[in-house]
Amino acid sequence: MASSFPEEVLEHVFSFIQSDADRNSISMVCKSWYEIERWCRRRIFVGNCYAVSPRMVIRRFPDVRSIELKGKPHFADFNLVPEGWGGYVDPWISAMAMAYPWLEEIRLKRMVVTDESLELIAKSFKNFKALVLSSCEGFSTDGLAAIAANCRNLRELDLRESDVDDLSGHWLSHFPDTYTSLVSLDISCLGSEMSFTALERLVGRCPNLRSLRLNRTVPIEKLANLLRQAPQLVELGTGAYSAELRPEVFSNLAGALSGCKELKSLSGFWEAVPAYLPAVYSICPGLTSLNLSYAAIQSPHLIKLLSHCPKLQRLWVLDYIEDVGLEALAASCKDLRELRVFPSDPFVAEPNVSLTEQGLVSVSGGCPKLHSVLYFCRQMSNAALTTIARNRPNFTCFRLCIIEPRTPDYLTLGPLDAGFGAIVEHCKDLRRLSVSGLLTDRAFEYIGTYAKKLEMLSLAFAGDSDLGLHHVLSGCENLRKLEIRDCPFGDKALLANAAKLETMRSLWMSSCMVSYGACKLLGQKMPRLNVEVIDERGPPDTRPESCPVEKLYIYRSVAGPRFDMPGFVWTMDEDSSALRLS
Amino acid sequence: MAMFAKDDLKATELTLGLPGCARGNKRALANDTNEEPKSTNNTTPDAKKFSNDDRENAPPTKAQVVGWPPVRSYRKNCFQAKKTNAEAEASGIYVKVSMDGAPYLRKMDLKVYKGYPELLKALEDMFKFKVGQYCERQGYNGSEFVPTYEDKDGDWMLVGDVPWEMFISSCNKLRIMKGSEARGLGCAV
Repeated sequence: MASSFPEEVLEHVFSFIQSDADRNSISMVCKSWYEIERWCRRRIFVGNCYAVSPRMVIRRFPDVRSIELKGKPHFADFNLVPEGWGGYVDPWISAMAMAYPWLEEIRLKRMVVTDESLELIAKSFKNFKALVLSSCEGFSTDGLAAIAANCRNLRELDLRESDVDDLSGHWLSHFPDTYTSLVSLDISCLGSEMSFTALERLVGRCPNLRSLRLNRTVPIEKLANLLRQAPQLVELGTGAYSAELRPEVFSNLAGALSGCKELKSLSGFWEAVPAYLPAVYSICPGLTSLNLSYAAIQSPHLIKLLSHCPKLQRLWVLDYIEDVGLEALAASCKDLRELRVFPSDPFVAEPNVSLTEQGLVSVSGGCPKLHSVLYFCRQMSNAALTTIARNRPNFTCFRLCIIEPRTPDYLTLGPLDAGFGAIVEHCKDLRRLSVSGLLTDRAFEYIGTYAKKLEMLSLAFAGDSDLGLHHVLSGCENLRKLEIRDCPFGDKALLANAAKLETMRSLWMSSCMVSYGACKLLGQKMPRLNVEVIDERGPPDTRPESCPVEKLYIYRSVAGPRFDMPGFVWTMDEDSSALRLS
Repeated sequence: MAMFAKDDLKATELTLGLPGCARGNKRALANDTNEEPKSTNNTTPDAKKFSNDDRENAPPTKAQVVGWPPVRSYRKNCFQAKKTNAEAEASGIYVKVSMDGAPYLRKMDLKVYKGYPELLKALEDMFKFKVGQYCERQGYNGSEFVPTYEDKDGDWMLVGDVPWEMFISSCNKLRIMKGSEARGLGCAV
């Protein structure tokens, strides 16, 4: 049997297998399969850039064409990770510039990217096709100019939600006139005005352009010009969607939009005014994705718009939609799969809109395919959550944010344990859950008991004791990411479940009660975990060992402790002293 | 006139916590995570909010609980223009902060700080420098670096020259300049 099946045949068979999990399984069958597989793996996903080093990746996979890296923990989105924490992509780019001359795609999330890296990318990868920088920072439009000027085969440039040092809009003009391969452009996060002529010419000479997300500075009056250059667009993000109502501007825009017969996704709509909404009606029947989360449009106009969108699958909207709008959504959009309702005014205690738990109940009742929800509201009840769970057992992602921490069930004034219990009990495929409101350890008992497929859990201002954390760590078999803030969880549960942490990607705990002593112990006992203490009060050994640390980030790694930490991060290492090299 | 004795303010602050655990004064987080854990048999949970035992735990306006509700900054900043003054007070004021010689820009929420002493301490911590002594006549003494800001008129001013409230409503961005460059700023003598 050892005498072979030709390698080429195996390689050909492997080429049909794209999922990482399957590829990993293949590589573990035997040594020769491991060898064959590693030479033909083209796509790598690294969920935590510190879990492995660039050198290790390159050594194992010599011919990678596409890489995806994630850096900072998710809570960095909410300013909980101090600036300078890490997540630098430069070492990766430098290493790959030498090792992967045929690299085509780089996708980064929550990483720090520099102009130098962008320039290196632009120079090093002759066949570079796709750059996606999601929630990244540290670079400027100068870096983008280098990409534009040098990447002849670029298809995708997507800066979604990145924080770019926007020096000027001039970078766009660095795409040479001979450049025609653009397929997808997302510059919605940029602030500067660009030369509209340059933009128009770029759009006009790229016949394969399918996705165009503009930034706010592109005025509504100019949108029609762009659309006429690109009637093949499938995804459009408008710029600022407001102006005084002028009939010729309106009809020009409506006409141009109606020419875009392939359009399936709309976003942008900054400063949107209701008067211009009807301009999109002609393409609404084909629309599957609509992002109105920057549009302060009131519910009557939203209801009217949504009534034209029977095929809608994804809706992101502000809570101006209110319960009445969500009820209309439930009636019009039977194909809805994903809903996100963002708060228009998150910092006032009193509700500014009439959006309650009822809206979510309506949608979960009326939309049979709904499986993913992010919902901000100010009141909730166990009864509503139970109804939602029974209506919609197919939830895979359920994120509920009741704006005031520790808000009880507004009907019973009790905790929301039973409601979330119903969610995890009925929604057997739940992979992601964020809880809020008043919750005791009982809620976590339910989660540990029922949420067997749960992969990511976010907790805030919840629980009574270590028992809560223990339920989660010991019960949720598929847990990969756990992020916790302001919960009374301490040393006991963490130390009792230390082994569990090696089966997870990462654990974040901030403003909890984990002591420095426990962190040290964990670091000593678990050499394959990086236990990082983040504390801006100064070195943790200047305080008693029992003193709780401010923040804690624990992740498994085969690369050992990192050496790029700032002054407020300490790694708990095996040699029983806090290790930090500056 | 800007009040300046940062050490005085720190001495009068009340805090909960073990001795030796001086809380960072940047964030007014819920301190009731330090309470005795309630027993799980407790079926009458207290529906009230945070304990209000000391000044730091005075009911925080929502903006003072960092990162809550979990809404990303670019979404919050979207609505600045739409808000009335009263509403704008409740949300964050994010400004970019740069330092001469440092490779990365940072961002800070000015709303989190109660006054200049806290802001300067935060800048010192963030960029690892010392700000030196401020005096009205001569600006900052004894420091290589000087905190400055650009106001709404585009002028570069010394941090600390105007009253705090005026500063946070007029500050566009912060820049920590090399002392030599900042000589032209500050009060004319």
